[in-house]
Amino acid sequence: MAEKTVTIQNRHGLHVRPATQLAELAGKFKSPVTIVKDGQEVSARSIIELLTLAAAHGTELRIKAEGPDAAEAVDAIQKLIDGRFGLE
Amino acid sequence: MQILKGTPVSPGIVIGEAFLLDLEEYRMPRRAVVPEHIEAEVARFQSAIDKVVAEITEDVKRLAAAMPEDDLHKIFEGHIAIAQDLVVSVIDSIRKYRFTPEHAVSKKIRTIVKQLTSRDDPGGFAARIVADFTDVEKRLLRALFGQREQSHNGVHQKSVIFARDLTPSQTISLDRSKILGFVTEGGGRTSHTAILARAQGIPAVVGIENVTRDVSGGDMVIVDGTKGIVIVEPDEETLRKYRTLEKNFIQFERRTAEEMRTQPSETRDGIAVSLLANIELAEEAENAKDYGAGGIGLFRTEFLYTDPRNPPGEKQQFDAYVSVLKAFPGRPVTIRALDIGADKDLIGGTAPERNPFLGCRGIRLLFDRMDLFRTQLRAILRASSFGKLRLMFPMVSTVEEIKQAKAIVADVREELDGEGKTFDPEMPIGIMIEVPSAAIAADILCTEADFLSIGTNDLVQYVMAVDRMNEKISSLYQPANPAVLRLLRSVIDAGARAERPVSMCGEMSGDPLFTALLLGFGLRSFSAVPSALPEVKKVLRSVTVPEAKQIAQDALALTDAHQVTEFLTEKTKRIIPELF
Repeated sequence: MAEKTVTIQNRHGLHVRPATQLAELAGKFKSPVTIVKDGQEVSARSIIELLTLAAAHGTELRIKAEGPDAAEAVDAIQKLIDGRFGLE
Repeated sequence: MQILKGTPVSPGIVIGEAFLLDLEEYRMPRRAVVPEHIEAEVARFQSAIDKVVAEITEDVKRLAAAMPEDDLHKIFEGHIAIAQDLVVSVIDSIRKYRFTPEHAVSKKIRTIVKQLTSRDDPGGFAARIVADFTDVEKRLLRALFGQREQSHNGVHQKSVIFARDLTPSQTISLDRSKILGFVTEGGGRTSHTAILARAQGIPAVVGIENVTRDVSGGDMVIVDGTKGIVIVEPDEETLRKYRTLEKNFIQFERRTAEEMRTQPSETRDGIAVSLLANIELAEEAENAKDYGAGGIGLFRTEFLYTDPRNPPGEKQQFDAYVSVLKAFPGRPVTIRALDIGADKDLIGGTAPERNPFLGCRGIRLLFDRMDLFRTQLRAILRASSFGKLRLMFPMVSTVEEIKQAKAIVADVREELDGEGKTFDPEMPIGIMIEVPSAAIAADILCTEADFLSIGTNDLVQYVMAVDRMNEKISSLYQPANPAVLRLLRSVIDAGARAERPVSMCGEMSGDPLFTALLLGFGLRSFSAVPSALPEVKKVLRSVTVPEAKQIAQDALALTDAHQVTEFLTEKTKRIIPELF
């Protein structure tokens, strides 16, 4: 079980493009990854569920994973979010 | 007969049949599928998904090819991911609840939208995501109904397009040769529809509430894009009247344009006057040349910022600026820095203001958004080595703002120097005169500005304290008011005394009614929408400078806007009787 807290830093928030990137990345790991915002927990592999978080700029999110490569998955997703999805 | 009034966004008159684009509110009957048909319905849904994915993939390709520097296509890639992500849960509800695929898709999207709209959404972030889901839903439902996207295939003959609002994907899919005009419920002067219409010279009226409900496909309609009027099922007399107007409008425009294109732009006594074009898209540059423009007097850069989530990068801007410069080699091209305020949130994150027209807009906003400002300056400076580029700042009200903006330009120049990038070190830096304080103190601003360009639309609005979109007081929006005329003359005088070129780029400079008057005030550079240039040139070539001075002097002796308008109409009528 691995967990980390991150803040959405790209100005336009977790919109369609970054959400697509996140879902793609999450799908590459064996461990299921979830994203939590204000108690709402969604699968990081589903672009639809990610979008329903409506995570605008400045939103704090918790990344959780459980499984064989949980730590790597959480690290990779944290890097993507902190790196502003390479968008800015 | 029904007469509807909206906002005119692209001039001209057309008569034709109405074509309603995408007005369907897809409300699905909640019909249960009989058990033995369930798998067939699942298969039908699967093939709809395949079709939609193929359709979006095609759009992605086309967009990526058409605008390689733009990331717009990546948003559509996200739409593919959304469609694919719907598959499992929709199939699940077809099997479990025996929903039809249409109903299952609708229900799923409704649930998502409800979730997104149930919370506070101050920045409009969730609302933009809702638009993405709705776009995917519409495509899916169309595929399920066996309907093709109603694009050029739907429009069989030349028609007037009616829509609630056009999405970017609809706008790009329309066959422009089949479009007579545009009428929409939503949108303003800066909507996609308005930009497209103006760029193509297609008459358009926007902002007519419920128009898609009041008009049926196939109705005979008249669109007057000059006055902002749409007439549905006109009676014989109205139709006859407008047919004549339509014919005259087209003939006159064509004749004047042809007659004037190759004529030198000078007064009857041989004084050269520059006639420049206002454009909003780089693609309009060629069109401007066709109307005889000698350069670009105002390139509005707002239209590069079409997606608040995705402001244009340096490369994309650079390409756009260079393409305009290349269309006008050796001719002046004036690029205006981003001019927006809280009334149009094109960059995201702009807080609503109580009084946006007196708020953080133009240069004020650029100082606040240094990231956007510097990116744009880098693109403009780098483009400057490709032609005769002039940079202009909007909404300047004090001399300190010019100093500050120039300091930032100097800093960006140094940065580019450090990177070994080339630019024109002599690029003139000027300002818009559109705020009364700038107009009154134009002589002081000339100590810092290399040139002035009078933006009459805002200037008249601020001088008269009249919001021209407010119908109740629109009669007070008076370009011909003596106060406005005096101020214009004093700005032109200040520029002449300081030896700074003065141009005008508001609607007044494209209105032949004011051409002789402005010439008499000493204006020697006019910038207007390309289609207005031939008429302005016609007036120019018909008067001498002493005559124009006399007209100016006589007009200044009058005491109200109505007298001035009447006087100028009388004078202009002798030159272009067809206009009145």
